[in-house]
Amino acid sequence: MTERQLPPVTELGMASLALIVIGGIYLSAHLPRHVPLGPAIGLLAASVLLLVGNMLALSRVRDFAWDRFFEVGKWSLLAYTAIAGMIEYAFLRDHIRGGALVVLTLSLVVFAVHVPMLVGFTVARYAGADDRVAA
Amino acid sequence: MVDTAISAPAVHPEPAHPAPLERPDFEIVPRRGLVLVGVAAVLLIVAIASNKLWPLTFFHVAGGAAWTIIDLFLGLVLGPIIGRMSIPARVEFTTRLMPKMVLIMPTVVTATLAAGWQLGLKTGNVFSSSPNHGWVVASYIVVGVMAVLALGLLEPANIAVLIELKKPRPRPEVIEHLMKRFIYCAGVLGLMQVATLVIMTKLASS
Repeated sequence: MTERQLPPVTELGMASLALIVIGGIYLSAHLPRHVPLGPAIGLLAASVLLLVGNMLALSRVRDFAWDRFFEVGKWSLLAYTAIAGMIEYAFLRDHIRGGALVVLTLSLVVFAVHVPMLVGFTVARYAGADDRVAA
Repeated sequence: MVDTAISAPAVHPEPAHPAPLERPDFEIVPRRGLVLVGVAAVLLIVAIASNKLWPLTFFHVAGGAAWTIIDLFLGLVLGPIIGRMSIPARVEFTTRLMPKMVLIMPTVVTATLAAGWQLGLKTGNVFSSSPNHGWVVASYIVVGVMAVLALGLLEPANIAVLIELKKPRPRPEVIEHLMKRFIYCAGVLGLMQVATLVIMTKLASS
């Protein structure tokens, strides 16, 4: 099966998720001590950059099944927003405050946006020619 | 069940009338199964809110056992078998398996991790002062690798296969390509689960 040349959305998405996972492990590995936030902020910033880069790269693709992408992406976004909301609630119940809460909340935002994007992209890239429209 | 036709893989570049294969109709997310997922979620929340040792251990051990066994069995036993099946058999198997996986895997993973975290807080294993802390951090790393693989590769492939199968004429080459990704990924996750077994048995016995 021959595949079209598309930006490396999946690879960049996985790298972005890996960075926030490393940040989360770094923060939770220090519990309950005070943890320097510098490394976690750096990892989060790199993850956000990859997310933005991924969005830009994907938005430039022509002849792509955007209807499929948004159809699947919006339901995934709903599911992952609910999941991220529950995790956020657990953070608040566990009395996480201040900088650590901000870093973890923003990490959840990256997670809740990037995973649906990967699901939508994977579905749309294998859509038939009829589903594709020029950007 | 309503059966739908699906095109066989093309032997010639442009077959005039590809031979139709049968595939059963299905729901991408089985709605009846959502009730069971809801019940499991409510019980999990009750277990965490009660913060009692037995319910937390039950959800962590039962969920973890299901997660580990499914990953190992799918990746190392079923995967190679599916790879050797004929395309019609593979399509039928996929049609019946994948919608169930959409519900089962998130449920067992959520139960395992949420109950496990609460259990770690209760026993003190998640705190850096715990003598087991190194093993717990190792388990975070293993789960982190599995999460990135599952969220970045496995789940998108799963959903894409199901959406392809829902089309009036799904393309077997697309299904085969995505299923390969799914099975390889499940194999790697199966191997990661061996590491989880080592860590968790060490934690339980210390």
